[in-house]
Amino acid sequence: MTIEIKDLYKQFGKNQVLKGIDLSIGEGRIYAILGPNGSGKTTLIKSILGMVIPDKGHITVLERPVKKDWKYRKKIDYLPQIANFPPNIKVKELIHMIKDLRNSPSAEEDLIQLFGLGPFLGKKLSTLSGGTKQKVNIVLTFMFDSPLIILDEPTTGLDPMALIHLKQLILREKAQGKTILITSHIMQFVEEMADKILYLLEGEIYFQGSIVELLEQTGAPDFEHAVAALTITENHAEDS
Amino acid sequence: MLKILKYSFYDLIRSRWSYVYFLFYLILGFVLLFLNNDVSKAVITLMNVIIVLIPLIGTIFGVMYYYNSREFTELLLAQPIKRSSIFMGQYLGVSGSLALSLVLGLGIPFVLYGLLQSNAIFDFSLLLVTGSFLTFIFVGLSFIIAISNENRIKGFGYAVLLWLFLAVVYDGLFLMSLIVFEEYPLDTFSLVATMLNPIDLSRILILLKLDISALLGYTGAIFKKFFGTDLGFLVSMAILFLWTVLPILGLEYKARKKDF
Amino acid sequence: MVLHNTYHRYLLCLLMLLLGHPMWAKTWTICPSCVDSTLKGTIARAQANDTLLVQKGTYREFEIIVDKPLVIKGIGYPIIDGGKKGEIFRIQSDNVTLDGLFIINVGVSYTKDNAAIRVVRSKNFLIQNMVLEQLFFGIYLEKSSHGKVFHNRIIGEAVDEYNSGNGIQLWYSTDIEVRKNHVQGTRDGIYLEFSDRITITENVSMDNLRYGLHFMFSNHDVYTRNTFENNGAGVAVMFSKFITMKDNTFHKNWGTAAYGMLLKEINDAEIVGNTFEENTIGINIEGSNRIQYTNNDFIGNGWAIRVIGACYTNSFKGNNFLYNSFDISYNSKLNDNVFEGNFWSSYTGYDLDRNGIGDVPYRPVKLFSYVVNRTPETIVLLRSLFMDIIDFSERVSPVFTPDNLKDTQPLMKIRP
Repeated sequence: MTIEIKDLYKQFGKNQVLKGIDLSIGEGRIYAILGPNGSGKTTLIKSILGMVIPDKGHITVLERPVKKDWKYRKKIDYLPQIANFPPNIKVKELIHMIKDLRNSPSAEEDLIQLFGLGPFLGKKLSTLSGGTKQKVNIVLTFMFDSPLIILDEPTTGLDPMALIHLKQLILREKAQGKTILITSHIMQFVEEMADKILYLLEGEIYFQGSIVELLEQTGAPDFEHAVAALTITENHAEDS
Repeated sequence: MLKILKYSFYDLIRSRWSYVYFLFYLILGFVLLFLNNDVSKAVITLMNVIIVLIPLIGTIFGVMYYYNSREFTELLLAQPIKRSSIFMGQYLGVSGSLALSLVLGLGIPFVLYGLLQSNAIFDFSLLLVTGSFLTFIFVGLSFIIAISNENRIKGFGYAVLLWLFLAVVYDGLFLMSLIVFEEYPLDTFSLVATMLNPIDLSRILILLKLDISALLGYTGAIFKKFFGTDLGFLVSMAILFLWTVLPILGLEYKARKKDF
Repeated sequence: MVLHNTYHRYLLCLLMLLLGHPMWAKTWTICPSCVDSTLKGTIARAQANDTLLVQKGTYREFEIIVDKPLVIKGIGYPIIDGGKKGEIFRIQSDNVTLDGLFIINVGVSYTKDNAAIRVVRSKNFLIQNMVLEQLFFGIYLEKSSHGKVFHNRIIGEAVDEYNSGNGIQLWYSTDIEVRKNHVQGTRDGIYLEFSDRITITENVSMDNLRYGLHFMFSNHDVYTRNTFENNGAGVAVMFSKFITMKDNTFHKNWGTAAYGMLLKEINDAEIVGNTFEENTIGINIEGSNRIQYTNNDFIGNGWAIRVIGACYTNSFKGNNFLYNSFDISYNSKLNDNVFEGNFWSSYTGYDLDRNGIGDVPYRPVKLFSYVVNRTPETIVLLRSLFMDIIDFSERVSPVFTPDNLKDTQPLMKIRP
């Protein structure tokens, strides 16, 4: 198992965000974590990354417990949701810095070429557009070779061309047997990429399975409606 | 941690504010020495600057840096780096560059003036040492404030309040309690109260050099022992050191518990 | 005719002395193995105006009474060991010279003021180049006059005031010169009681329990170019008149009641050109009037000048006040003293007309000094921002400090 989560709880102030998550994520698959806003997707991802400290529960990544450890992050490439970079440094400095900090082999040249970032290398990050920043973000994520890749809203701000490149990248990594976690609001993108869906609702895993299973369970005509139906069913359940 | 320290340090060394801070001390040093031509007076003026300004700059700078580099911090947190290393690196980067500005900014004019031959060298080094200690202490405290407050405005507010309290209000309360309880023996109390405030503690350390004649004017046996022997100096230095370590431990603790 | 004769005899005597061929003034040599092996015995045998040369060695003698004019001179510092039994030398005659002896072990007594050398009702004595150690009282001049105490070294080991004596004591003595002596570790280094017209010059008095120099009821005395260091208090001048204090150095007199100089009930004195450096209190003034303080330097003292009780018509002119924790401290709201033309290192005014005198008056009394007088422990707040703010507001509009206590003509530059 790449990731094992047992009985995970997290509360921010009065807001109980995760209410007992149990989850196993196997190797070589693409998992999509879905759910309405505030359902705990980012919190779950950040718990796996060790950025959020759980109140209760147990997480292991690649057979290593996450708690009080940091070396396991060497095995993770993470693409954060909003690319908040230090404003007053240049793109190439940032790439250099991250390389220096991770101290592992990297292949940024091809990626830079792929996303056409060459002309921006000497610019400060604060002068870049949102889409370009996201491309930098993608380069920083994919330039390392790690068995686990976590992508938080990877499509934000990307133009169609870049989106195609991104998809190719993801598929290529999957073909190498890597595990990939994605959150996204773009259902088409999820449908195209994901092998398995995890649907989070109010801090709990509400659905877990393949797209086919989801369609079966909801009886909806397509994926997008199926996901919407999950939300509605929940609302009915609450009403009754 | 050293890499983070390196990046924070370079980041700050390149920033405009470090230059302003450095130039301020440089100019102050030159003005005090070459316009006044009087080392003793320069040392007294510097003492006032050091015990008031350094804590203020340290707190403001610390809070500012923390909030401004939050994005960077988040980026780093997902990297395979120990959490405490990230914060320690940033903390040491900020306090180190501030302390360096202080030491170089004041040191250069004093060396040019020929202080190394003068007998005020000890007083002067003591000023720089306590100044550096205060920088480390207040940057540490400000990091704790910033890490505990997501809201920048609140964080800034608390930081300035902390400075105001330790630099002015504390002494006011201290004076009032001394006057209210003047019939009681107060020397232990007043020494302990001094130790509890790093600004007062640094002040006493410098007073031990500048105003030892006046400090020895009092009868209390504890005062006598404290000021009349090396004990006072050693104890004050030790506690100042403790004051530097405590915020670091606090920062470590806070960093360990914090969610991003 | 008689007068004429005496004159001749003196002249002849002087001539013989000069020729080194005395006719009736004999020179006696004393050494432990000589015929004359004791001072006492030799003095008894000697005639007036004889010279006794004391060779190197140890002489265990005490209560040596010199009752005729003699010169007693040590060669290579012979040791006179009193064995702690009582007084050692007692001079009861005019024209006695003591020179170059090393006197130790004076008997300590709680009823008698035993001294290493006591001069009683004598004139024209000279005590020089003596070394006195392990003493009780050192040199005690009693009702004597016209003598000289020159270049002696008095080293005591006083620990408590009640069983220690003074280094050089003058009691009812007049017209005496005390010069170039070194006194340390006694109760009072030099003590004058009822002694007038004494000049005290170029002495060093240090590490004494009580005062380096102490005047009681003594008038018209002058002391110049002396150094007083690390005494309980440097100099105490009490109940005396017309004392001149000039060019002395008062250094590091630290402690609870430690002063460079303590003035109590002193009138019409002159204090000129002295240096007060790093004393807890430079000058402590109590009930003293008509004193001129001129051209003194006060450097790095806790309090440069502390005024207690009524002091009238004193004037402070041309002094330098440098880096004292407090320049002036008063305990009343009244001021009848004049401060003019001094240099104050903490003066921050300006001089627009460039005449070397600040355009804004300087107020040397800080409110904080009142606070410290009241609650001594507040001293730990010295130089804090809070106290500076309070002092500043008091300086702008005086409420607690005397309104007219100011130097209207502060110097812009230090008086050289």
